[in-house]
Amino acid sequence: MASRTEALRRRYARRRVGGRIGVYAAAVLAAFLCAMPFLWSLITTFKQNRDLYNPRNNPFLYNRPATPDHLLYLFDRTAFGAFVWNTLWVGLIVVAITLLLALPAAYALARLDRPWASWFGVAIFLVYLVPPSLLFLSLSRMVVLIGLQDSTWSLVLVYPTITIPVSVWLLIGFLKAIPRDIEEQAMVDGYSRVGAFWRAVAPLVGPGIVAVIVFAFTLTASESIYALAFVSPTGEKVVSTGVPTELIRGDVFFWQSLQAATVLVALPIAALFNLFLDRFVTGFTMGAVKG
Amino acid sequence: MAVVEVRNLVKEFDSRLGRRRWRRAGGTAVRAIDGVSLATTEGEYLVLLGPSGCGKTTLLRTIAGLEQPTEGDVLIDGEVVTGLPPRARRVAMVFQSYALYPHKTVQGNIVFPLRAAGMPAEERNQRALWAAELLGIAHLLQRRPRQLSGGERQRVALARALVRQPQAFLLDEPLSNLDAKLRASARDELKRFQGEVGTTTVYVTHDQVEAMGLGDRIAVMSEGTVRQVGPPVEVYDDPADTFVATFIGSPPMNLVRRDGTLVGFRPEHLLPTGALNADDRTELSLSVDRIEYLSGDRHVYGTVTGIGEATRVVARLPATVDTPITAGTGHPFAVARSRLRYFDAATGLRRDAANGSSRDAATGSSRDGEAG
Amino acid sequence: MAIREAPPAATDPAATAAGRTTRSTRRSLADRDGALAWIFLLPSVVYILALVAVPFFLAIGFALSDVTAGDASYDYVGLDNFRAIFDDPVFWRSLGNTLLFTGVSMVLIVVLGKVLANILVADFRGKWVVRFLVLLPWTTPATLAAVSWLWLLDSIYSPIDWVLRQLGFLGPEQNMYWLGEPGLAMGSVIAVHVWRLTPLAAVIITAGLVAIPKDLDEAARVDGAGFWRRMFEVTIPMTLPVIAVSALFGAIFTFTDMAVVDVLTNGGPNNATQVLTSWAFLRGIDGGDVGQGAAIALFLFPLLLAAAIAILRSVRRMEF
Repeated sequence: MASRTEALRRRYARRRVGGRIGVYAAAVLAAFLCAMPFLWSLITTFKQNRDLYNPRNNPFLYNRPATPDHLLYLFDRTAFGAFVWNTLWVGLIVVAITLLLALPAAYALARLDRPWASWFGVAIFLVYLVPPSLLFLSLSRMVVLIGLQDSTWSLVLVYPTITIPVSVWLLIGFLKAIPRDIEEQAMVDGYSRVGAFWRAVAPLVGPGIVAVIVFAFTLTASESIYALAFVSPTGEKVVSTGVPTELIRGDVFFWQSLQAATVLVALPIAALFNLFLDRFVTGFTMGAVKG
Repeated sequence: MAVVEVRNLVKEFDSRLGRRRWRRAGGTAVRAIDGVSLATTEGEYLVLLGPSGCGKTTLLRTIAGLEQPTEGDVLIDGEVVTGLPPRARRVAMVFQSYALYPHKTVQGNIVFPLRAAGMPAEERNQRALWAAELLGIAHLLQRRPRQLSGGERQRVALARALVRQPQAFLLDEPLSNLDAKLRASARDELKRFQGEVGTTTVYVTHDQVEAMGLGDRIAVMSEGTVRQVGPPVEVYDDPADTFVATFIGSPPMNLVRRDGTLVGFRPEHLLPTGALNADDRTELSLSVDRIEYLSGDRHVYGTVTGIGEATRVVARLPATVDTPITAGTGHPFAVARSRLRYFDAATGLRRDAANGSSRDAATGSSRDGEAG
Repeated sequence: MAIREAPPAATDPAATAAGRTTRSTRRSLADRDGALAWIFLLPSVVYILALVAVPFFLAIGFALSDVTAGDASYDYVGLDNFRAIFDDPVFWRSLGNTLLFTGVSMVLIVVLGKVLANILVADFRGKWVVRFLVLLPWTTPATLAAVSWLWLLDSIYSPIDWVLRQLGFLGPEQNMYWLGEPGLAMGSVIAVHVWRLTPLAAVIITAGLVAIPKDLDEAARVDGAGFWRRMFEVTIPMTLPVIAVSALFGAIFTFTDMAVVDVLTNGGPNNATQVLTSWAFLRGIDGGDVGQGAAIALFLFPLLLAAAIAILRSVRRMEF
């Protein structure tokens, strides 16, 4: 009788180990599939031309010694630096504008119980559905009208249309997660609505705001349709349009430099996103199910 | 119907949260269960009682298989089940939150374990109906959990546990989410229910009133160890240490320090001298602070002298004792000698004043000849 | 404050009651909820109206005109543009492709995203690194990611082909033409979409997984449910709303994408992978026919709107 459970226990112990192995295997597989292109890009960056343009060579090894030439090319002979710089400042300003507009809007919808609030929330989301691929034609006309054609500032003007709807949606989620008591306490203590918001609520939703910042920045850095349509001069371009157009001249692809650019841009953004992933996840629960 | 037993159980939790990259200096482990050996009898209603953090819920979860012990074994019906997942142990558990599946109907909830066991549909539904009728919720079978009241949800959770005819029921504070009014009647029903069904039950609570009312035996726990196991009367009248003495009973037992010993007596045994038999009492003097009137009893608060150091104590005088007491004055009080309990001041363990032997907490026997 | 108060919608008793302070009988602006709500919302509303609503209607206007890059004068031509694009087989191909890519991608993204989410909530060493690697596809700008894939799928130098050759699936000097063959090209586009968006779906679904009370999973374990039963009868039903949201986002990003198609195939070979967005760009900007470009692009919105409303409706119905 005792041996029956003995056998059972052994079986379950084996299953547990199998389960652990399964999780690790799955995790490694997933990581590999997702990151493989980047890993490979990293290797390619330092490959010599003769090594790269030989279909018989092992693409994952350095059959000829590695060279930093292409990396240097990226910085010396292309406007990569300018692209990155443009992407950065455009991103930061757009994020600032987004927060300035989206945070109060989200607060109004989440807290100030107006009867039309839920409709508004849905409307905001629907705005998000109007795609840039539809609007870019008319917007490029408008941009010309305003005189911002071919200037990076046109992007600063237009990108918030992409970031604000989603940010409002996310922020509503974060705000709803904070109990009303906190504000009400502050109001009883003598602060006005606005004062209560600043002192009591804003610090608590801080992590959420950071998550929104990261997400909005990601969206901005990734956008390419408007960038392509509005901005042609090389010096004004951002990374997402500058890199492909500068490093692909007709039929000539500067592959190694291209891969270098990809890796240099991708890694920091991913690291940043990873840092704030947990907060981001929280915001989505609230926004998705209760929004 | 089976015997649930744990032997030398130890459960440690790593205090580092998950596996962080930065290590906390000298990672300390928390011992939620620190060497517990306990066994129920067949069909017994055993209550695990203790304050929050004492390890009772962890112990229950370890029995269920939701936690794996660091050391020691769990046995059900004589067989070692340590290492088996919950579903191989044939036990049923009722959670504090009831954990009903919100997207299923009541019937769906009740038959869920039967479907997991592969029972054919007809038999399943019959069993579900039987369990529902036993608990008086047959009319709710098509409702969803969010449409039920707290008491109804609790009964659904019980039906779900019952329907599998498990070897043991494990209940984790199932009454704590109910209204205070409801709790008393729910307690009564629960006891009757278990008596009818006869399954061994392990019940966790922090409420000593519940414990005293429900348990065939009570295991009083504190900081991961069992301080005493015994029927309610024993735990109340014969506490094994000061913890048990003060945890059980409301108001708690009075403890007066006297030369390395703590003299204990329950408030209801501290009475005006006149109310007690002259040749069997220890006399002392109570200087009264204030008097509370509660449900016919008088709770008298004051400082006692004459039996040890001056200490604040409570006396509970029933309505039948109508000696006039006034606040701000001293009164002669006494305790029947047989009602005095002696504890070692250093360890808190109980010892009989006469021979100095200590009582073995876990099994309730006394060992002679050891220093208290 | 120099801002003129926007009149509140009605004298709202709730607003008055909530905003009363004891400091003065005249309530300061910072307290009047009704007015405050409007003021908080106004900037966003104005901005969006100006830069989304206006261009939207402008686009409709363009679709009904003969505006071109060369001739900027506006002449109303009614539904001529629509007639023209309906006659064009490439348009129908684009429409079909858009729907096909989005549909297939959505399914794959949701399924793989769910699996990935389960991995992300599990506990194991090195989780931070795995998370980082898994996020890379989503956080990289789409065009750059597409460029990486462009080389990976190259018709001569593709490393994937090299590996296949080493394993013996391809003969020496043989290649797969991932982007050159119509069927493979379509598959490649879908694959890149899925690769890019699965992490996003996983992140969203993780939110749902984390929200399930631990009790429920434990109760299911004690009740005797094994891994698969718990997954299908407890976890998935409870995360259905979140899964739907991730499907929605997956659909949006695939549907409105231009970067991937543009970089990978430029719509080729022979318009085999043309989608509405890239086709609109080709006609509208490269081709200079603004009217037609707008007409093509207009089809995007109603389709997406219908899908979104359908998904959001079902999410609301799933609330329990």
